[in-house]
Amino acid sequence: MFEGFDPVNLARFQFAFTVSFHIIFPAFSIGLASYLAVLEGLWLATGKPVYMDTFKYWVKIFAISFGMGVVSGIVMSYQFGTNWSVFSDKTGPVLGPMMGYEVLSAFFLEAGFLGIMLFGQKRVGNGLHFFASLVVAIGTLFSAFWILSVNSWMQTPQGYAIAANGQFIPEDWWAIVFNPSFPYRLVHMVLAAYLTTAFVVGGVGAFHLLRNRYNASARVMFSMALWMAVVVAPLQIVAGDSHGINTLEHQPAKVAAMEGHFETNTDHPMPLTLFGIPNMETARTDYALDIPYLGSLILTHSLDGVVKGLKDFPREDWPDSTVIFWTFRVMVAIGFAMLGIGLWSLVKRFRGTLYESRWLQRAAIVMAPSGFIAVLCGWVTTEMGRQPFTVYGLLRTAESHSPISAPAVGTSLLAFIIVYFLLFGAGTFYILRLMGRAPSPYEEDTPHEPIRTAGLTPAPSLAGPAE
Amino acid sequence: MDLTIVWAFLIAFAVLAYVVLDGFDLGTGILFPFLGRDENRDTAMNSVAPIWDGNETWLILGGGGLFAVFPLAYAIIMPALYAPIIAMLLALIFRGVAFEYRFKTVRGRWLWDLSFFIGSLTAAFCQGIALGALVQGIEVSGRAYAGGWFDWLTPFSLMTGLAVVVGYALLGATWLVMKTEGEIHDIARRYASFLAFGTLAAVGIVSVWMPFQQPEFYSRWFASIPQFLTVAWVPVLLALLAASLFQALWTGKDYRPFFSALGLFLLCFVGLGINFYPDIIPPDVTIFEAAAPESSQIFLLVGAAVLIPTILIYTAFAYWIFRGKVREGEGYH
Repeated sequence: MFEGFDPVNLARFQFAFTVSFHIIFPAFSIGLASYLAVLEGLWLATGKPVYMDTFKYWVKIFAISFGMGVVSGIVMSYQFGTNWSVFSDKTGPVLGPMMGYEVLSAFFLEAGFLGIMLFGQKRVGNGLHFFASLVVAIGTLFSAFWILSVNSWMQTPQGYAIAANGQFIPEDWWAIVFNPSFPYRLVHMVLAAYLTTAFVVGGVGAFHLLRNRYNASARVMFSMALWMAVVVAPLQIVAGDSHGINTLEHQPAKVAAMEGHFETNTDHPMPLTLFGIPNMETARTDYALDIPYLGSLILTHSLDGVVKGLKDFPREDWPDSTVIFWTFRVMVAIGFAMLGIGLWSLVKRFRGTLYESRWLQRAAIVMAPSGFIAVLCGWVTTEMGRQPFTVYGLLRTAESHSPISAPAVGTSLLAFIIVYFLLFGAGTFYILRLMGRAPSPYEEDTPHEPIRTAGLTPAPSLAGPAE
Repeated sequence: MDLTIVWAFLIAFAVLAYVVLDGFDLGTGILFPFLGRDENRDTAMNSVAPIWDGNETWLILGGGGLFAVFPLAYAIIMPALYAPIIAMLLALIFRGVAFEYRFKTVRGRWLWDLSFFIGSLTAAFCQGIALGALVQGIEVSGRAYAGGWFDWLTPFSLMTGLAVVVGYALLGATWLVMKTEGEIHDIARRYASFLAFGTLAAVGIVSVWMPFQQPEFYSRWFASIPQFLTVAWVPVLLALLAASLFQALWTGKDYRPFFSALGLFLLCFVGLGINFYPDIIPPDVTIFEAAAPESSQIFLLVGAAVLIPTILIYTAFAYWIFRGKVREGEGYH
């Protein structure tokens, strides 16, 4: 089996598959951890039980999602070595220490305080429990900081020298960590995580409002989520635009591929190709539906700015436009749809009919998983846009992989696919089932099933800050 | 002192921390089907639920640290141990998700019990195989692994796999002796005695077999009488700890069996270290050859010097919060 396959492509597919599954959980956990910390803070500040009820509703979902994130993350930390050993040997001196910082400053922090956050409220008291929730949230952000710095360095490497043995040698750590695309990618991803979580929370709130518009917890979820949409969606569009311009500066071939832009527009403004089918063989975008001037306007912020087409780059350095042209468009479309929901909610809110507007609630349910799709599309765009390199312009993907034959990579790939769909499928099912249960006052620590905690006495959530 | 040596000790510490911490929680999983009533299984799982993901983080540090500070070793070992590493990662998923899923279903609970058991058992066995495969030597050419896909599979690596399974089960049993009471406590104590015999037998077999895996290993122990005397404290201390373990088990002590078992692991680890040093991949690659440049080592060491003690403090704090016995039915509706 797999004898006829290219081991590099199998390894690429394996990485794409495992990292795509993995990113779903952190994207959700980053947002949810912050949301939980805010809810608990609001509860401590106002004493309103509804905030603690909402906290307890989501913390069970957080526990499952976090667990899936941990186990799928361990896979990632070993896959560099198993399938990409040449890459590991060469980039280890630069990327390894940053991942080391991620483990030391983020993973331990999250794991160390998660137990207290999930099981320890009665043991440590409200103040320390809130501290634990806060620390977990901060841990998720530290983690995002380091891993996005690593990824950004692969996109826009600097601060290194190349040693005689082929290794990248760190010369200037500040330049490495704060490489040119890092600030943009960090902001874009953290906002994406917040938006993703907001739309999940909003969708769940909407689902329960449709059944009972007086459900206090559902109201809190729906209202807070839509405030996030109003504030964060426009910020995200601005951040995305800046990120795009940064990419045009440092990885122009990626932008050309994202836009299906083969010919440099030397004598005319670049149109925006709204839709089309990029053809890598004939090097043109078929059936293009163009909007004049808009391409130049978006990418150069001027009406006749010149943007280099793919044909101005060596053929062997072209990223594959056929996929990322579309993933990019799906991501952008979702971003604007999120903005639309935010504005719609603003109108309803000012009319005082936010909780009665059934069409808005239905739309919010439809949009609930949209953040995940946008995150995946965004990552496919930026990662496939980095091809054919693992370290942009310096180390080719074809020269990065392990000396491993196709059958070994293919078999492990098959095993990952089967196990991930079974186990994470089951997890998704349990999460959806928890989400299908209406949030209620006096939300129990864990409903219908035993608490798993060491020596925690179960109690209903009547406990207010005064207790 | 050379930074590379400092880092070798730090990575070794991370691996040891992983082995003993996840060792008892994998061991609890290995004993899972043999604990009698379903309520006992609940108690066993509750005893590790708040701490397991912290325990597994040491595994990420081991892998990540190797990537950072000994990238060449990481790049050679991972492809060499491809199958056992992948199997271990998948097994860890099976057991990791069981912590959450088990309590989300009644009908499907047996499935997650099985997943927890098989996952724990397989992860432990693969880790043992990986150890054995590393000990018996990895074929290297240039900067890459040069062997075949089943080089790791030998009678010796199967033996080390078995040894780790039995050893982890002992850690798990003594953990349950310490953390539980009543029926499950008695069951665990009974198992612990058998597992202690098993572990010592396995340690004996592996210890005798190991010096013959590499000529260097042999000479580090038996090169001369003075050489032997400088390392003889390891087996002597091991014997004393074994005696302490049995004495504690048979006189009804709760805490000492666990810490004696930890001590056994520590000494085995020290013994391994004596065999290996200064190799990181026997017989060809030393820590100095595999080391990342100094700028990488210093950068991470600055953080590690602050963060590792901090981690130890708050990890200890988390264990302190969940100290004491987990009682059956406690934490239930």
